[in-house]
Amino acid sequence: MQCQMCNNPATVHLTEIINGQKIERHLCEECAQSEGITIKSQVPINELLNNMISAQEGIQELGEMRCPQCDLSWSEFRKRGVLGCPNDYVAFEKPLRKLIERAHNGATTHLGRIPHRGGGQAGQQVKLLRLRQELQKAVETEDYEMAAQLRDKIQNLV
Amino acid sequence: MEFSDIYNKVGAWLDGSGPDSDIAISSRIRLARNVAGFRFFTHADASQQNEILSFIHDRLMATSLKNELWYVKMSEATAVEKQLLTERHLISKDLAEGNGARAVALSHDESLALMINEEDHLRIQVVSSGLRFKENYRRICQVDNMLEEKLEYAFSPQYGYLTACPTNVGTGIRVSVMLHLPGLKISGELEKAFRAARDMHLAVRGLYGEGSEPIGDFFQLSNQITLGKTEEQIIEDLLNHAVKPIVEYERRAREKLIKERPDTLDDKIFRARGILSNTRMISSEETLYMLSYIRLGIHLGRIKDISLKAVNRLFILTQPAHLQNLCHESLSPADRDRSRAELIRKELRKSC
Repeated sequence: MQCQMCNNPATVHLTEIINGQKIERHLCEECAQSEGITIKSQVPINELLNNMISAQEGIQELGEMRCPQCDLSWSEFRKRGVLGCPNDYVAFEKPLRKLIERAHNGATTHLGRIPHRGGGQAGQQVKLLRLRQELQKAVETEDYEMAAQLRDKIQNLV
Repeated sequence: MEFSDIYNKVGAWLDGSGPDSDIAISSRIRLARNVAGFRFFTHADASQQNEILSFIHDRLMATSLKNELWYVKMSEATAVEKQLLTERHLISKDLAEGNGARAVALSHDESLALMINEEDHLRIQVVSSGLRFKENYRRICQVDNMLEEKLEYAFSPQYGYLTACPTNVGTGIRVSVMLHLPGLKISGELEKAFRAARDMHLAVRGLYGEGSEPIGDFFQLSNQITLGKTEEQIIEDLLNHAVKPIVEYERRAREKLIKERPDTLDDKIFRARGILSNTRMISSEETLYMLSYIRLGIHLGRIKDISLKAVNRLFILTQPAHLQNLCHESLSPADRDRSRAELIRKELRKSC
């Protein structure tokens, strides 16, 4: 098909409905641009594929996120529906926040009762988790001296 | 205290003494808590699970609750005994059937139950007859405070009490009411009431909570959102915006039925009476349907010679594990249906 304004082949086909009348126009890219018709540029196939792959990888990356305290991955959590340890709320903060927001009708901040011990003991709680993890490893590797030391440390904190 | 002390009676929450208990049978508050420094239960290995259990048990017995609690380790109870506790609404199916180091601590009148190592390390439950949220809340806060003196809870200023499932995070509170709504059922207005409840983000479930189907005209209404509001707000929202209106609708539906369709009403009630007085074999499901009408009949003054006490006893004692518990040999479903019918006829004769 030929462009209606010049003799080049027409690559832009525009259908307009004005006052109930259908008007078809066939133009080449240059004439279309000069007429002020903006064209959505074709996304090359490989670019499309790349976008899909990086979105998938984004999901994969998210799925691989792990909690350093209990070794649970985000994808395992999504499969099981339950978290592994209190530190997951820190390790998975970003995606978990979205989930929490949805589950609690937009709320993301606690407003209710607080433990009398202040509740700002987050640092100590993580320490306890870590010490218990190390204790388990020490027992597994039969390093009983280290295990005894760790047990004492835990007793002092608790 | 042991199983032989409770199998033949009914928990205090079913004694019919609370306000509005003709419609709001019982109200319950539950708090979910986890101990700091441990993994959540399902992600902990067997040795840590045992460690959590003994840790909590020791700290629990160091509080002033120690003399009023009966401690039951799931690994030391038989399958029938565990199901008995589920039938009495004291533990969840998850705790009864799950593997690993689990236990429950119960007060003698069954008003307080502390599940250890269910989905969270601790699930504290206070339940009583009728609508008594203020007292229940005061009591559960007392227990919560007592425990918190002896152990540290997993808590963050941002997200509150940290739970294994993010849907419980924050206050960790679940407030629920068990409702009896035969009036709304007969007049066909039940769906409307439930749709309104669901629009308020409330869950409507059957007699046994999560995963159970509604049987008879008994329903549990509870909150689903636990974050972003105070515990008192959550209780108030459920009570004032859902429970009290629904109780009022049910009363009006019952009054309307008495005025406009007394024969339909009486027919349902007295057929149920006939079946229960004469049955030779009856399933637990049909029993609940019949008991529902008898209960309605008593509250509307149609049935005057059966006590509410007898009906409440039957609710609990006709259930499968309760029946099995009375018998040494293993009962087949048909045996159970027969022994259930016998029990019902005996109880009703006693009551009249």
